[in-house]
Amino acid sequence: MYIIIVGGGEVGYYLSKALLNEGHEILVVEKDATRSGFIIDELGSVCVRGDGCEAATLAQIGTGRADMLIAVTDDDEDNLVACQVAKHKFNVPRTIARITNPKNEAIFKKLGIDVTISSTNIILEYIEEEVPTHPLTHLLTIRDKGLEIVEVKIPADSTTVGKAVKELSLPPESILSLLIRKDQKPHLFTANTVLQAEDQIIAVTTPESEEALRAALRGT
Amino acid sequence: MKVVIMGCGRTGAQLAGLLDADQHQVTILDTDTYSFRRLPPDFGGTALLGNGLDEESLRKAGIEEADAFVALTQGDNRNVMAAQIAKHIFDVPKVICRIYDPIRRELYNTLGIETFSPTTIFSQMLKERLET
Repeated sequence: MYIIIVGGGEVGYYLSKALLNEGHEILVVEKDATRSGFIIDELGSVCVRGDGCEAATLAQIGTGRADMLIAVTDDDEDNLVACQVAKHKFNVPRTIARITNPKNEAIFKKLGIDVTISSTNIILEYIEEEVPTHPLTHLLTIRDKGLEIVEVKIPADSTTVGKAVKELSLPPESILSLLIRKDQKPHLFTANTVLQAEDQIIAVTTPESEEALRAALRGT
Repeated sequence: MKVVIMGCGRTGAQLAGLLDADQHQVTILDTDTYSFRRLPPDFGGTALLGNGLDEESLRKAGIEEADAFVALTQGDNRNVMAAQIAKHIFDVPKVICRIYDPIRRELYNTLGIETFSPTTIFSQMLKERLET
């Protein structure tokens, strides 16, 4: 695949390195002369100096035949424009934008960017996971289906300890997928599975019913 | 008319003053309060510290009831993003956006945003002046 990467910062550099290793044809567009010089020294002639938001630059590097454009500069608005120019002027089939402000996720989606990666959200999720008392942890978001995979831990003082799954009023969009219990192999739920203290539950849910799921599993 | 202007540079401040003098209800946004020194001393509108890319700041500026939004910061991309938020998220009836880069301007014009490029307009003007 021919992949264009806009922004040769840390993310752009390591991303290029990884994609090159996978055998893709890549080209980095970087404004800063020192930075683009560094990338050329490290990775070979896979970097041009220029503004990836400018149609002239993108035309020069053959964006018309690109399979994908990934914009990973530090500025959300620059990433948005690079993706929009690629999409609307050069018909690039897939555009991916890095965003720093999680609020922009919905806006970008509405403005036609195929995929957004929010570095702030990802860091938050990882930190959440490490906070042991956190009631519900996001593990994975299935973006195009509006679903997410979450983990819920059952504390010892939860009112649902000792109850069977069929007695819980789970929100309709949620499915309990996997039960991880101390010193046991992970196993699947049945209607008669009884919750125990310290159970770890992996469930599929929607962002809207996340709170209802947490309440149903941990009691109030 | 209720107008929200993003960017209190020379153009933004002057436009705000003109609209205010014509009894329009003007709110001008900038990320630096020092920029508001450019507003005329008798400016009767609202000068608000805030980022026009942030939905919260835009709401505070009254974008939900605004009749028009004008993006006039120094950054083309910032203007383009704010203009699209105003148009597609808040459904502001009239959205105008300054884009210095003529090629980018053309693209966003075809994407349905009213844009103008001082670069194109000014160089055209200079050419005409030189040729007469």
